[in-house]
Amino acid sequence: MADFTDGFWSPFIAILTILGMLGCGLLLWMQATTKVKLEPGKDPSDNTTGHTWDEDLGELNNPLPRWWMWLFYLSIAFSGVYLALYPGLGAFAGKLGWKSTGAYQEELKQADAAYGPLFNQYLQEDLKIVAADPQAHGIGERLFLTYCAQCHGSDARGNKGYPNLTDQDWLYGGTPEIIKTTIMQGRHGVMPPMGAILGSDKDVEAVAHYVRSLSDSTHDPIKAVFGKPKFAACMACHGAGGVGNQALGAPKLSDKIWLYGGSAETIMETINKGRDNTMPAFKDFLGEPKVHLLAAYVWSLSNRADSTAAVAATITLAAGAPQ
Amino acid sequence: MSESAPHIAIVKMYQARQQIYPRDVNGRYASLRWLCVWLTQLMFYGLPWLNWNGRQAVLFDLAARKFYLFGVVLWPQDFIYLAALLIICAFALFLFTAVAGRVWCGYACPQTVYTKIFLWIERKIEGPRSARMRLDRQPWSVVKLLRKSGKHLAWGALGLWTGFTFVGYFTPVHQLAREVSVLGLGPWQWFWILFYGFATYGNAGWMREQVCKYMCPYARFQSAMFDRDSLIITYDAERGEPRAASNAATATSSSASSAAACIDCSMCVQACPTGIDIRAGLQYMCIGCAACIDACNMVMDKIGGRRGLVRYATENAIAGGLSKAQIWRRIWRPRVLIYSAVMLALVTVLLTSLGMRVALKVDVIRDRGSMGREVENDMIENVYRLQMINTDETAHRYRISVSGVDGIVLATTDQVTLAATETRLVPVRVRTPHGAGRGGSNRIVFEVQAIDGSTSRVREKAAFFIPR
Repeated sequence: MADFTDGFWSPFIAILTILGMLGCGLLLWMQATTKVKLEPGKDPSDNTTGHTWDEDLGELNNPLPRWWMWLFYLSIAFSGVYLALYPGLGAFAGKLGWKSTGAYQEELKQADAAYGPLFNQYLQEDLKIVAADPQAHGIGERLFLTYCAQCHGSDARGNKGYPNLTDQDWLYGGTPEIIKTTIMQGRHGVMPPMGAILGSDKDVEAVAHYVRSLSDSTHDPIKAVFGKPKFAACMACHGAGGVGNQALGAPKLSDKIWLYGGSAETIMETINKGRDNTMPAFKDFLGEPKVHLLAAYVWSLSNRADSTAAVAATITLAAGAPQ
Repeated sequence: MSESAPHIAIVKMYQARQQIYPRDVNGRYASLRWLCVWLTQLMFYGLPWLNWNGRQAVLFDLAARKFYLFGVVLWPQDFIYLAALLIICAFALFLFTAVAGRVWCGYACPQTVYTKIFLWIERKIEGPRSARMRLDRQPWSVVKLLRKSGKHLAWGALGLWTGFTFVGYFTPVHQLAREVSVLGLGPWQWFWILFYGFATYGNAGWMREQVCKYMCPYARFQSAMFDRDSLIITYDAERGEPRAASNAATATSSSASSAAACIDCSMCVQACPTGIDIRAGLQYMCIGCAACIDACNMVMDKIGGRRGLVRYATENAIAGGLSKAQIWRRIWRPRVLIYSAVMLALVTVLLTSLGMRVALKVDVIRDRGSMGREVENDMIENVYRLQMINTDETAHRYRISVSGVDGIVLATTDQVTLAATETRLVPVRVRTPHGAGRGGSNRIVFEVQAIDGSTSRVREKAAFFIPR
């Protein structure tokens, strides 16, 4: 507990606490009896505490049971033992060294002991085999919904700026191993702003129309003609004809799948401003066994004929419920 | 004139406890109390051993967060029923305290019940009242050692059995019994069995009336729950005073108006488990056990006097000389009627609600990444996840449907099978045709219906967003 800003506070707290505890004990001991000054002739067993107010208002003494007093002493003793064993007296960590982070680590260890064997069992299997396992599919789906769905959507079909994981278009490659690498190590895709290199706004517009022509989308043919020679600046990353480069993560421009949108205006914005995308690395956060299951799950999304129906059927069979 | 100097007395603010040796009584109320002991303890010790549906009938499975009460399975989401149950208990307490005073304390409270059982053991081993007092005064001998240790062993055994039964409500008792037989309990089971056993032994064997006198709040707010028409244990002072041993001679007077007065035999004081004298009037220490009534009636029977010198009566009855019929009519007064009506209403609502529960819970969680997206065929699509919980103990098959916008359809599979007690997050995609609905948020409804014969059906509202 090194949270104090000054070395003064820890002893301050400790001393005050101990003095308080001892003070309570002292108060208890002092108040166990009281001296009553009795007027002559007064019966000492008239059950009052001896004080009189307003001439005749007395205070009866109904003694408390003695075990109350022993319980008070016991709680003071208990406090002493507790504060010796656990943190409480300032920065003193307690003989047992208990910490809330320690308790958390203990919980993690127990969870690993309970669930570790299941995850490690799948880690030994090939990704495609794991992808066909219904129980692994269920685990993968739950992991996905917990860790991936915020960006990629609950249905894994992505959003603006976050790839659709259910199609066949992959920025870095779609084999199960490459998907696993993407999840483990993360990706950082950068498109530099190319507006200045290309020239004026008119040049950027021309290139945008040329790019749209690559995928046979509607475009202005004249502008596309002017854009084609300018496109040479783009081919370094995006390849001739805009086929993409999975080594760099440069998208394929010759299909109708767009990460940020495929309208001419949006393409111009992409060229002018560039794009910066980060997929976080999950190697340390989740560990390889869970990433292995996730990779298999993600790969299975784009490799079944009708993924949801097939999965529902297999889960139904696994649960043994009537069809 | 001589004046003696005022002297100083030392007054103790705490006093040592005086051991109370309640005298045995037999009578109508003693029998009633034993009946309550049997009923409550048969239930407490017996319920965990009953089975239902292949599992323990009454089980509070804290680890799995499910409470089982025969056919009713309560989930954490059903916690409101516990609140309702506690409110009903409170009103029940107010009701029967307003009618008959501290009948809970004297007849049904676990402290009273267990003290009674432990006192019975003590009587069997150490003997009746005078023998117990004599044994305590004796110096230590072999006989005393044997009797005392025998008593404490018996108490300890009953305490452990009670602790074991208590833990059996939280861990299946058959499994617990097996673990105990090989002494292979987990640390928490050990702790709770010993803790609860020690608490039973301590409270019923040692503390007894100290709990009622100094620990229980009921005694202190009883004056707020009685009124002048509540039946309380009353000493008829008008009939009984002046008390004198000589009253015994005139006890058998045949005149109905002069029933026997108090003969100061102090049986009522000896029989009292809290050590009070009921002749001093209603006191907070009186737990309403009616032992003094039985004691006095026993003595009256012996001397041929009329019973009822100490009896259940109301303040109004004593003050106004009301007959029994009149007392009973005054039971039905506004306070009692209102408590009864409220209780009846609450119990009806609770039972109806429990009976109408659907074994399915559904929550709709919108995806926040995109409000709405355009997909093929010019449709607008929103993505949600349905959290579906099958709270039943058998698997069920459900169909999901959606409504609220013209032409709205579910684009993912509409059939889901959940295993017993399974919770699943189901991603769904919902599509509307171009032009349907209005731009912005549209209120839609998901309906999940069981299609395997059971009648579970849940409708949940959600919002469908159409980009403008």
